[in-house]
Amino acid sequence: MNDIKIKIRNLRKSFGSKHVLQGIDLDVPNGQSVAIIGASGTGKSVLLKCILGLIKPDSGSVMVEDIETVGASRRTREDVLRKFGMLFQGGALFDSLPVWENIMFRYRQKNSMSTAELRLIAKETLADVLLEERVLDLYPAELSGGMQKRVGLARAIADKPGILFFDEPTSGLDPITSGVINRLIRNAVDRLGATAMTISHDMNSVRQIADYVAMIHDGHIIWQGSVKEMDVVDHPVVHQFVNGLPTGPLTKYAESI
Amino acid sequence: MQVLQIPGRAALSMLAEIGRLSIFIGQALFWLVRPPWYGRQILRQMIDIGYYSLPVVGLTTMFSGMVIALQSYTGTERFSAEGETSVATVVVLIITRELGPVLAGLMVAGRIGAAMAAEIGTMRVTDQIDALDTLSTRPMQYLIAPRVIAGTICLPFLVLIGDIIGVFGGYVIAIYQLGFSPSVYLSGTMEFLEAFDVIIGLIKAAVFGFVVAIMGCYFGYHSGRGAEGVGRATTNAVVYSAILILIFDFMITGFAFVR
Repeated sequence: MNDIKIKIRNLRKSFGSKHVLQGIDLDVPNGQSVAIIGASGTGKSVLLKCILGLIKPDSGSVMVEDIETVGASRRTREDVLRKFGMLFQGGALFDSLPVWENIMFRYRQKNSMSTAELRLIAKETLADVLLEERVLDLYPAELSGGMQKRVGLARAIADKPGILFFDEPTSGLDPITSGVINRLIRNAVDRLGATAMTISHDMNSVRQIADYVAMIHDGHIIWQGSVKEMDVVDHPVVHQFVNGLPTGPLTKYAESI
Repeated sequence: MQVLQIPGRAALSMLAEIGRLSIFIGQALFWLVRPPWYGRQILRQMIDIGYYSLPVVGLTTMFSGMVIALQSYTGTERFSAEGETSVATVVVLIITRELGPVLAGLMVAGRIGAAMAAEIGTMRVTDQIDALDTLSTRPMQYLIAPRVIAGTICLPFLVLIGDIIGVFGGYVIAIYQLGFSPSVYLSGTMEFLEAFDVIIGLIKAAVFGFVVAIMGCYFGYHSGRGAEGVGRATTNAVVYSAILILIFDFMITGFAFVR
């Protein structure tokens, strides 16, 4: 199999006069966990949505397992999307469905199984994210933020996809729950042998989840390296961001836009 | 030249909106006839639109029937028309041809159109629609088509029941307040009523059901971010549904009854 699972070349996206992505080049190696970091509003989520085809890029190329997805037919895009599992920032659970139907949403469309069988798989998947059976019949509104994230993770991994995307997996969670979510994500990625991409500006989360890190700034990937290299990098923008320093080039940039 | 900029911009914006709406309707119709059909979603929407709207439509048409009976009685008295028959005929014709479908359409627009816009708008701002996409489910097929099917099917049934309740409202007033004879009133009801009147009323209802569902879905689907965006989508869904119902009512009435 190709060593590069996702290959992005010269990806551009603008909203009106705001040029969010200005030529992104990125390779996501097969079986590796890559984190995309960057300040708020730098286009991390837009990049992720462009890869998934939820937002149409203005130009550039996104190859998933050597299949071009930019400008691809609906059928091709749907085939590619079946390879993905996605944990959205707010969980994005379907309010009108109980937990077990949320988890089994895609699974039940691909497989004709009885409700009892589907519930059994949902129960096993819930156990993978350390939730008890009693949660199965609850609705998303009855769950805490941390539980919603875990159910979202269960839904993402239910049919064992080869690629997992996580959009700000720990946003809005307390440090302990964040730690639990990070561990669950890392375990799920390792167990499935999946290729993962995580959008985050939580450095603790990045250190626990990722093998490689890429920083996006001003519409470009300005730095890539391993998690260990991230802590000793001398790039002034990356250094300021990783260490959360109040002064530096990022502060000046934020003031200038 | 600057004077022309504002109306020009407004006209272009309106044309763009009409274009977006036309594409949305085209996509909805495209997915309406293609499998898989989500039976549970359609059933859920039919219960929401049909069953739960029944009380509000029933009450509205009943009181409308009562009011028409009173108004037509006091009105016909002025030119000494034959009271019992004319009141019964006026009530049944106005209810079946006009007020039944229009009132039911407006009530459903307020109740269901708003709810659809709010639900789909909330799904949009909380990424649930994107989640559907990533879970290999087409939002147009899963969210929009069932609502449009349910709206178009349910409203004629609601109107049929509303028609009966409205006529019954007129009957109650005529018999118990105006002292008419039940048999004369009933024969007056049936004498001038034609199947065509009821059928056109039901066609109107199907069109209004389609309009309400499409507008609720369209504004919800294109909702802006945040609570303000969802609120605006809800308001727009109700306002535009109501306006379109009245426009289509005029067009269908003109087409069907004026030769």
